[in-house]
Amino acid sequence: MLSVLVFLPVVVAAALLAPSVPDRVARIVFVATAAVEVALAGAVWAAYDDPGPGALALEEQVPWIPGVGSSYHVGVDGLSLPLVLMTTVVFLACAVFAAREQERPRLQAALFLFLEAVSLGLFVSADLILFFVFFDLSIVAMYFSISGWGHGNAARSALRFFLYTFLGSLALLLGFVGLYVASSPHTFDMLELAAEPPLQGTGATGALVLGAILLGLAVKTPTFPFHTWLPPAHSDAPAIGSAVLAAVLLKMGTYGFVRFGMTMLPDAWRAWAPVLVAVGIVSVVWGALVALAQTDLKRMIAYTSVNHMGYVVLAVGAAGLVSSGADDARAVAVTGAVTQMVSHGLLTAALFLLAGVMFDRRADYGLGEYGGLAGPAPRYTALFAVAAFGSLGLPGLSGFVAEFQVFAGSIATAPVAAVATVGILLTAALFLRAFQRVFTGPTAGLAHGFPDVTAREWAPVAGLLLLSVLIGVLPRPLLDLIEPAAVAAAALVSR
Amino acid sequence: MSAGGALDLLLVAVVVVPALVGAALALVGTTADRVAVPVVLGTAAVVAAASVAAVVGAAEVATGFVAGADLGLDTAGPAAVMTPVVTVVALLVLVAASTSAETATARFSGLMLLFVAAALVTVLATSLPTLLLGWEVMGATSYALIGLRWREDSHVGSGLTAFLTTRTADLGLYVAAGAALAGGSGLDLATLAETSPGWRHVVAAGVLVAALGKAAQLPFSFWLSRAMDGPSPVSALLHSAAMVALGGYLLLRLAPLLAATGWADDAAAWAGAATAVVLGAVAVAQRDLKQLLAASTAAQLGFVVLAAGVGATAGGAAHLVAHASVKAILFLVAGAWLEAVGSKRLASLGGAARRWPVVGACAAAGLLSLAGIPPLALWVSKDAVLAVALEHSPALYAVALLAAGLSAAYAGRALVIVLGSPHEGADAATVVGPEDGAEEGAVGGTGRVPGLLPVALLPLAAGAVGLGVLGLPSVLSRLPGGAEAPAPTSAEIVVSGLLATAVLTGVLVLSRRARGAARPWPSAGAGAGAGAGAGALLGWLHVEAAVHRLLVRPTLRLADRLARVDDDLLDGAVTWVADASLRLADRSARADVTVVDGAVRASVAGIRRLGQWARLPQTGQLHQYYLQAVAVLAAALVVLVIVR
Repeated sequence: MLSVLVFLPVVVAAALLAPSVPDRVARIVFVATAAVEVALAGAVWAAYDDPGPGALALEEQVPWIPGVGSSYHVGVDGLSLPLVLMTTVVFLACAVFAAREQERPRLQAALFLFLEAVSLGLFVSADLILFFVFFDLSIVAMYFSISGWGHGNAARSALRFFLYTFLGSLALLLGFVGLYVASSPHTFDMLELAAEPPLQGTGATGALVLGAILLGLAVKTPTFPFHTWLPPAHSDAPAIGSAVLAAVLLKMGTYGFVRFGMTMLPDAWRAWAPVLVAVGIVSVVWGALVALAQTDLKRMIAYTSVNHMGYVVLAVGAAGLVSSGADDARAVAVTGAVTQMVSHGLLTAALFLLAGVMFDRRADYGLGEYGGLAGPAPRYTALFAVAAFGSLGLPGLSGFVAEFQVFAGSIATAPVAAVATVGILLTAALFLRAFQRVFTGPTAGLAHGFPDVTAREWAPVAGLLLLSVLIGVLPRPLLDLIEPAAVAAAALVSR
Repeated sequence: MSAGGALDLLLVAVVVVPALVGAALALVGTTADRVAVPVVLGTAAVVAAASVAAVVGAAEVATGFVAGADLGLDTAGPAAVMTPVVTVVALLVLVAASTSAETATARFSGLMLLFVAAALVTVLATSLPTLLLGWEVMGATSYALIGLRWREDSHVGSGLTAFLTTRTADLGLYVAAGAALAGGSGLDLATLAETSPGWRHVVAAGVLVAALGKAAQLPFSFWLSRAMDGPSPVSALLHSAAMVALGGYLLLRLAPLLAATGWADDAAAWAGAATAVVLGAVAVAQRDLKQLLAASTAAQLGFVVLAAGVGATAGGAAHLVAHASVKAILFLVAGAWLEAVGSKRLASLGGAARRWPVVGACAAAGLLSLAGIPPLALWVSKDAVLAVALEHSPALYAVALLAAGLSAAYAGRALVIVLGSPHEGADAATVVGPEDGAEEGAVGGTGRVPGLLPVALLPLAAGAVGLGVLGLPSVLSRLPGGAEAPAPTSAEIVVSGLLATAVLTGVLVLSRRARGAARPWPSAGAGAGAGAGAGALLGWLHVEAAVHRLLVRPTLRLADRLARVDDDLLDGAVTWVADASLRLADRSARADVTVVDGAVRASVAGIRRLGQWARLPQTGQLHQYYLQAVAVLAAALVVLVIVR
């Protein structure tokens, strides 16, 4: 079932490569496939039973490279399934949004279906080599998306993105090899590595291996100070490229923190925990402050991603502070971190799609170029307002559920985390200031005659926001999925 | 379904129905304008009726939420009093709002319903996350409502100020949640006081800060001044039964937590008393009716916060309820007069109460009650608080009594003007002169007050007059927390009643004399040397300017600087590494040509030379070959001899 979920888009993408497929058909196939993927992910959720700690549901395993103990091994648990669901939803929203794409729609559809397959494959991987292959393929696909469909300085931004994250992935590979060498018998299998974590009690060696992994993930996430590839990549990427980059690709980094670090290298994780807490807090505050200073809408949203991912890093770091004795609080922090990954995916995808609407109309993201946009475009304004309030963590939307748990859990384990609450104040200030500049006041500049959103544009955004509200008010279905896995992860760290 | 189940569903509906209808109206916007008024009034009426039924039936509901806490609503405790107040005041305010074109729109109606739903969640919440849900959504909707006239940049800025100021204080609740989790008490409001001793201080401090922010107590009061940019019905609800009022309400609910720390209760009491005095003085100095009322809200909430601090929860609740009806009237009337006269300056409102007698009578009732004149509502409820304060500390009582005197002063001041003659008002306006500046929105009034307005005002006026019954010992003791509180003695009641009456009379006499001297108001700016102090009071102590200078601008500057560091240093480092790699590659390429390839070429040349040398002996002449053979043999012999 998981293999169908992962490989269906690849098959469709391959078919779309045939030049004889008309553009119109390609667009429909893109939307239809993305919709089928959502349905398949829903079916996976329906078939899912919590597998308990140290196991995966809906497992599939076939030998792949037996010589090095690597196999095609996939499965889902409470950490990965929420991300799988979020990924399919974001891709469907992007497919609908791109239904009017004029520039090589057939190739774009093929590329994004390939990217969807790669992303889903990464989240269901239970083998380090498999994970790494998907990790690098995602970089390749995103490179082509930015350089092929981007604007502005797209080629340069794409190259910067590729080189930076590719270098990061090499550090990750180094860490994986370290795990492999230290395991006995040698294996790349995640479940086996988590069941009997290698490098326990080795001190510096374990810390170095984890250090390599953390470096690779920190670049991908990205955290301070490895985040500078993100703003140019976003500002020059096409709308749906930005949406997928922020919603899905960044999560590959944060997901890795929980998946490899906490469970496979608990000893080293505890040693690194204070560093992670510090990096998390700095990312939160730095990302928010720098976002506050931006005058370009897309760069601003990009920096808020640094802020939002900072909460995740803070939470997983706090979860490593075992000596605090607050076991429940550590589990709450991990739950908050995973919830934040889902929430940020939905909200940031919505924000980037909305930024795309602005670019489609006026080819300008400058906050100062607009004014009083609420007059000509009330629906657009309403959507942006909801997305902005969601992103600034207003209760009633998913961001609050995530950030409340991150704060409560982190402050309870590391009181210094209270500093990070400044982040939600700064994000409130920056979003509402931007909102005021662009949408309120007398209609001015590029806002004159700005056409309001069409159904093709508002429907995907509204869908994402509706899900965010559902999670914000009735989070139990999602949290029931995440909590057992979060508790297990928090317990594994204290081994 | 059992009766309990049906009641619980009703309680859910009390919150969910206004939220859904409100969201729908706000999102649909102008296309729904025509149905907005009937829909919003119908919804509000149903919600009001349902809320009373739910309270009478003591309904409570809960479902899972986050971090082990419930998303829970419970009508027990102070919520039993406050819930109907919110829904009924909201209904009356919405009736009044429907009489003005600006506030009869779908967007306004929708946002108001969302605001009410959020206020209800705040009132009914059983856990910290549920409380935050209502608490912050209330803040966000108030942002949208204050900035309702979004084409005015300053109005949106006022909404932003309100939201950011209250959210700054709200951070206290996030920290409190972390501390409660660490302290092992869980996140239920009922058990917060049981947090382990160390963490309990953090929980109490966080809650206190958040509540002081929402209740516009010192030092957060300034946002309330900016909030006056919103339409008057927004103020009428925001000051009476939602937002500001709920800041005081939260402290009343969590009074046991404050008391359990041993310091937070005193801190609250003094913060409340200080706000009551200082903002009372600010109110006295105002020249704009809405600003006067706003400052008086902060001051009156000071009594509620004081009540929470000294444990007078029943008296505090009574004061909150009585204040709700008083403030709702006064803001609705102020808004109606603003539209009719075209100015909210006190000086321009001379004789307004005479011109529109029914509305004026309601306003007079409200102002007299606000002044604390016996036997009106706020006189009784304030004394229920003062009595407990006296038991607590005579100093606190003295400060609170001073604040009570100031309430009589500012209420009396407004009363004198609106009851005066219109002619004097016009004179006064010219005397006040240009230092007030051109008033924003002063576009000439409509000259009329909506005929439907009294429908909303009369029930509220009845409350402003008659809610004093809440302070009767037999009723007070039945309010939540009222059983153990000491009832005010007759001496105290007489003291405060006499004080209010005396101050009011004094204001009356002074203003008559001032009229003789053609001065609009003798206190503010009259005495030489008092100018600076009066200016500070008029400007709400200039706290907002100070916050801008000390916090906002430095933060923005820091943000700019960090953005440059991000671009130049962090990104610069990455670019430098990339460039350095290119340079290194370039140098390697050159080294490849000169060194590596050079070595290869040099060795090739060497081999070629060797080859040339090797060709030398090949002459093709036999005698030379023989000679070479002899030479090699001789050399071999020499080697042999030496080696042996």
